[in-house]
Amino acid sequence: MEITLTHYLVVATLMFAIGLVGVIRRKNLLLLFFATEILLNAVNVGLAAISKAYGDLTGQMFAFFIIAIAASEVAVGLGLLIVWYKRKGRIDLDDLTTMNG
Amino acid sequence: MFEAFAFYFFSVVVLVSFIITVMAKNALHSMSALAVGMIMISGYFFLLNADFLGVVQIIVYSGAIMAIYGFGMMFFDTIKDVKEVNPSSRLVFLLSGLSALLVVVIIATPLISEPLVTEGMKAFHPMMAETFTIDGAVYTEAVKNAETVGMVLFTKYLVPFEVAAIMLLVAMIAGIILAGKKMDESITLMSEQEILEKEQA
Repeated sequence: MEITLTHYLVVATLMFAIGLVGVIRRKNLLLLFFATEILLNAVNVGLAAISKAYGDLTGQMFAFFIIAIAASEVAVGLGLLIVWYKRKGRIDLDDLTTMNG
Repeated sequence: MFEAFAFYFFSVVVLVSFIITVMAKNALHSMSALAVGMIMISGYFFLLNADFLGVVQIIVYSGAIMAIYGFGMMFFDTIKDVKEVNPSSRLVFLLSGLSALLVVVIIATPLISEPLVTEGMKAFHPMMAETFTIDGAVYTEAVKNAETVGMVLFTKYLVPFEVAAIMLLVAMIAGIILAGKKMDESITLMSEQEILEKEQA
């Protein structure tokens, strides 16, 4: 049985769907971050699979830049989370309602 | 045969660990499952002849990002179970599951009915090394991915690479400034009264 591009893309989509479920479901901001990491990784797998199918390196290049973006997102986001936790003692999404007037 | 076995093995492990990541009540369990999933995803990259990407995945995700998360979780209360306050849990679960299923169907059906890759398509940046012949025998170069990645990254993608470097620098400075603020006073070591006084001030 041969593994084709479609197999990889379907698995990447399933991973993306799991991440989507996490983003919708989670209320804790740290666990919401985990779900976004899953989303980014699912896209990376899809890009690498298409890169192999076309025999083209461009997909891998984009995956590298996505990894760089994920790393900086974690650094900044976690810094903000720490500041928020020091101020409120909780990191629930429902607490972030200071702008609702 | 080997590829099929490896593919299904990695698929099962990655999907199960990501489901644990999304569903776990304890933040520590969630993070551990995420780390397992990240490492197993690098297996996909090795299967897809993207060796350098797989190594970067292990180093950056399982090394750096998980270390940052572990560091950040020292600030938070991780032993306690996370309370997900969903007013209508069943409705949220149904809606999120339905939308996720819809995404899978939308993306998967055109792929199954009509393959993306057609024969004779020309690659923009060719991925593998060309074959060469020595004394009539045909060889393909085995480990070439890191080299070709370097060639393309430092010629065609040099400007985005430098911009990414600046972005990482900005993120590093932002992380230091945000997390390092008032590093000398620890909330966990102070009494309730002291914290309240700080809040008032």
